[in-house]
Amino acid sequence: MASSNPITNTWTLTKVRVRLAMRNRTFLFFSLAMPLGFLFFFVMVFGKGSPAWIAYILGSILTLTVMGSFWGLSVQLVMFREAGILRRFRLAPVGAGPMLASSILANYILVVPSVTIEILVCKWVLHMQSWGNLWAIFLLVTIGSAAFSAFGLIVASVTNTMQETQVINQLIWTLFLFLSGASVPLAVFPLWIQRASLFMPATYLATGLEFATTNLASPAEILTDFLALTLGVLVAFEISRQLFRWEPEAKVPGRAKLWVLVAMIPFIAFGVYENVAGKRLAQIHDNFKAIDRAPSMPTKSADPR
Amino acid sequence: MAEPIIQVTGLYKSYGAVQAVRGLSFAVEEGEVFGLLGPNGAGKTSTVEILEGMRTPDGGTARVCGLDPERSGSAFKQKIGAVLQSTALPDKLKVKEAIELFANFYTNRANTDALLKRFQLEEKRDAFYNQLSGGQKQRLALAMALVNNPQVVFLDEPTAGLDPQVRREIYDIIEELKRDKKTVLITTHYIEEAERLCDRVAIVDQGRIIATGSPRELKHKSAGTTRIEVRLAKPDGNGSLATLDGVADCREFEGTYVLHSSRAPQTIVALVKHLESESNELQSLEMFSPSLEDVFIELTGRRLRD
Repeated sequence: MASSNPITNTWTLTKVRVRLAMRNRTFLFFSLAMPLGFLFFFVMVFGKGSPAWIAYILGSILTLTVMGSFWGLSVQLVMFREAGILRRFRLAPVGAGPMLASSILANYILVVPSVTIEILVCKWVLHMQSWGNLWAIFLLVTIGSAAFSAFGLIVASVTNTMQETQVINQLIWTLFLFLSGASVPLAVFPLWIQRASLFMPATYLATGLEFATTNLASPAEILTDFLALTLGVLVAFEISRQLFRWEPEAKVPGRAKLWVLVAMIPFIAFGVYENVAGKRLAQIHDNFKAIDRAPSMPTKSADPR
Repeated sequence: MAEPIIQVTGLYKSYGAVQAVRGLSFAVEEGEVFGLLGPNGAGKTSTVEILEGMRTPDGGTARVCGLDPERSGSAFKQKIGAVLQSTALPDKLKVKEAIELFANFYTNRANTDALLKRFQLEEKRDAFYNQLSGGQKQRLALAMALVNNPQVVFLDEPTAGLDPQVRREIYDIIEELKRDKKTVLITTHYIEEAERLCDRVAIVDQGRIIATGSPRELKHKSAGTTRIEVRLAKPDGNGSLATLDGVADCREFEGTYVLHSSRAPQTIVALVKHLESESNELQSLEMFSPSLEDVFIELTGRRLRD
């Protein structure tokens, strides 16, 4: 008898998980409404009436939205395990791979509309000057969503309870949020923090999207960011597949938690490279200065006509 | 003779210091409804979960449909269906979606609408899982166990915690499986369930099988005896109930005296006389024809619900 197809199983699970997420008001609030709220808040506080700042802020908002995949459906897997839901799936001919891949794919499907709305709001409502490089944005959103979903899956794999998952996620999320340039421009931090941030995956997403929305960076110019995140996805996915547990009572040994560090290896390598020979920090500074010096948006009272 | 569809030999399973399964062996023929009957903690669920490929045995072998459940992966899972002791699904998953979701994992798929009809879930097809009653959830679990037209169906305590009406509905469904010549392995601690549904029963206690046979064969071991359960106003301190006319065996369980008698009328007359002479009173008296409960009591000295 033919065995079941992992790709078909992944797609079947993805469709159901998207449907379940759409029925969850909390999920919709955090994935759609909250990033838009942040967008308007950032524009009001930091926008300085400059269209150039809108593009810069869009980079941050897209980063926050994509990084949200870190929480999303990966955390749901822990909830499913604790509730005994995964046990029922274990009886069916569906492996850990499709369960995990469906988290990544469903997260991506849910991120795309949010990202699209954010870009359209910036362009049509907030009068962003250009579209940025949409190809580069598309690539980074795609690989970024996959990477942060996969990082979430690792945390889900090495934690034993929902509570433990929430605490660890919160710690990592706080670092990602404040030290990557996603919420506070990296250029305003002391140099040692800027250098340390080059070891964080979030920095590659944040700066990559920032370059793509402001500098019109081409896909080739964000190659380092894309590569770092791609490697991160592959390593994180394989580790979480190896550590995947179906049973609520199956506990992961403390030693296994060190596997999280293995997922960081690509970023440690890129961090070392960027600190020693890279130009990223200089680019970040140049970009920030250019935007800070950009003229303000003309207001009605200033219009000579 | 064809190889048994389920073959278990010398199975062992421990959880830390607790030995849940201690050298269990049995075989189930194709088309048979086989029951593992025993109290909670007897090792029934551990055994069935090893057979479903969900647990690794510490020793012994298990084969289902000629395959090793633990190592045969997808090919094995295509052949079996199962209802776990407790099934959980996402709250916001609809009934029809749940059946379709699980059906999609299999190469041999039953018709979703036919399953909804068969399990009386048509009206609830668009209801969320968290809106279903306990009985409806269990019917859905049974429907999901049959989405792949399995060769072997495992039912782990399928009626535990359900009210009698729902339990009878589930019995009807299992009897339908029996008519369809499905091989069913059912675990239960309900005597009525084992007697009504099973072709053969293995009585399990403390991880071991203590008796195997058809309910009729097993009851023959208590043949000729009637179970008389009495409650007295004052306890029978000197064990004199065991010496009454016709009494073959007498045990006390939480204030109830369980007597097995080969001549029930004489025993009752002797009991009444004895109580009068002891200035004791009868609070209640019930008589039962031989059941698997009696077999269990005879073999273990305990009741199934202990």
